[in-house]
Amino acid sequence: MSAIEISNLNFVYSKKTPNEKQALKNINLSVEEGAFLGLVGATGSGKSTLIQHLNGLIKPQDKKRMSVVVNGMSATDRKNLKKLRFEVGMVFQYPEYQLFEDTVAKDVAFGPKNMKLDKEEIDRRVRRALEVVGLDYDKFASRSPFDLSGGEKRRVAIAGVIAMQPKILVLDEPVAGLDPIGRREILALVKKLQKEVSPTVIIVSHNMDDMAQLADRIVALKDGEIIADGTPKQVFCNRNLIKEAGLDLPTATSLADMLIARGVELPRDIVTMEELAKELGASLRKKRSQAVADDNDETKIGEDADGGFYAESYDEDVEVEGVEVNGVEVNGVEDPDGEDEDV
Amino acid sequence: MFKDVAFGQYYPVNSPVHRLDARVKLLLTIMFVVSIFFIQTYFGFMLTAAVLLITILLARLPILSVLKSVRGILLIVAITAIINLFFIKEGDVLVQSGAIVITKTGVHTTIKMVLRLVLLISGASLLSLTTTPVQLADGLESLMAPLKLVKVPVRDIAMIMSIALRFIPTLFEETNKIIAAQKARGAGFDTGGLLSRVKAMLPVLIPLFVNSFRRADELAFAMDARCYNATDKRTKMKKAKLGFGDLIATLFIAGYFVVILLERYYFPTVDINIDGAIFGGLL
Repeated sequence: MSAIEISNLNFVYSKKTPNEKQALKNINLSVEEGAFLGLVGATGSGKSTLIQHLNGLIKPQDKKRMSVVVNGMSATDRKNLKKLRFEVGMVFQYPEYQLFEDTVAKDVAFGPKNMKLDKEEIDRRVRRALEVVGLDYDKFASRSPFDLSGGEKRRVAIAGVIAMQPKILVLDEPVAGLDPIGRREILALVKKLQKEVSPTVIIVSHNMDDMAQLADRIVALKDGEIIADGTPKQVFCNRNLIKEAGLDLPTATSLADMLIARGVELPRDIVTMEELAKELGASLRKKRSQAVADDNDETKIGEDADGGFYAESYDEDVEVEGVEVNGVEVNGVEDPDGEDEDV
Repeated sequence: MFKDVAFGQYYPVNSPVHRLDARVKLLLTIMFVVSIFFIQTYFGFMLTAAVLLITILLARLPILSVLKSVRGILLIVAITAIINLFFIKEGDVLVQSGAIVITKTGVHTTIKMVLRLVLLISGASLLSLTTTPVQLADGLESLMAPLKLVKVPVRDIAMIMSIALRFIPTLFEETNKIIAAQKARGAGFDTGGLLSRVKAMLPVLIPLFVNSFRRADELAFAMDARCYNATDKRTKMKKAKLGFGDLIATLFIAGYFVVILLERYYFPTVDINIDGAIFGGLL
């Protein structure tokens, strides 16, 4: 069963004024339960508008033609609204700015309280939520959320959403503004949350590296339209499309492109650092064994081999300059089969 | 960017009225508002409505956007009308039943009062519809400049005004974000009695205040870092310059003002008789 089913969704801001702006154009999207979906797109591409439809914060503008169905509940139906909010846990950008209670425990309890659960259940959920996000209950429960560090605040805010035990978790830029350790921890946390609390995860991010690593499906938006939908490999290896969407390639992919441009033999569908390391290792090993084989063939290792080596390195230097001046060019120009890769 | 101009009343089109100097617009609006208080006759009101209509057309505003600003004072207009209608006891009696007495003078005064209020607000709203808040603040600063002589910190007041105006959209956006975030956690803002509604606003107000203080702190640092207040004389990036259009506009409104004054003090009897239209059925 699909967890989310969206059809013909359009959305226009400030209708019939000079500021009118179409934020979503004919969106059709279905998300399977258990999916880890990465939603990518440049600023203003409609990502936030799209995700806010999922829990009824924004309602479809035309109930007849458009539909948003989450776990079998229609988001256009007012009756479902409350239930929908608890079913779809939404962690907004910089969620720490939404903290308001005087203790961490009270703040985390806000959602469960609104669910009208009994006191013991609320306590249990608060404990569990804090535990899951890696905050010691006894140490943090009675502290003021405003005295915590940035990363801790964010964990508290995420715990506040997790405490509702949503089936679907939506995170908007969950690692924005965090230091490298904080990023790694929050991303690991998201993976953990998918396993333990919310089986379906939608994550909005500008960081293609994270997306390539975490998501099993990528949906790219541009000017309110879905322009790509597929596995990270399918989407990120379509270099023209990524460029058109105003996005970056994952670091591993662009590094691989640079290496390929300099004559290193690598496959063109590398999206994560692990893959790159593996393929690079394999490629180097291959070269080395070839070199050993060549050495064995020619007993005279004299000027020829050396001269060839230097000439080659000189050529490479010239190319390096080109790469440095215009890194994007390498992706665009020296990519003959970029267009062939369909999504 | 479109979020920045969407706030408040400003209606973003390019028109001769939009292009006028903010200072000129401020002064002319004041002149227009003052002149409305001199009007006694229906002729005067018609003239004023005509001037207003011409300005609206020149400003390329939809009439509806101007009338929208009147909506805010509808209650005041209604109360004033009722008081005038029922409590003026002079003049020919039109209707009398029990304690209710409606007189001819009462009806005239009521109509004129309503016209005055509607024209007043429409005229004033033209200013905010055609001038960005920043232009307005700059204009005010420039007009208040003489107060510097009596040690009024005009520059600081203007800076405070600009900052306040600058942050209205930001705070507005932030409020919406916080409301969305709390709603996502199941908060309800439109249920229950007054007390529970006020209580329901706390999850929004507290983060809003906390964030505002944080932002104010950051802004103060940023201004310090750019040596705000280090030099006494600050210059403007966009210096307002009076143009030909400003002259025309001034002549137009000043001419209107003169006609209204003449009409009031020299030809007070010139008026249009609308008794027939109003009381036709009754008399």
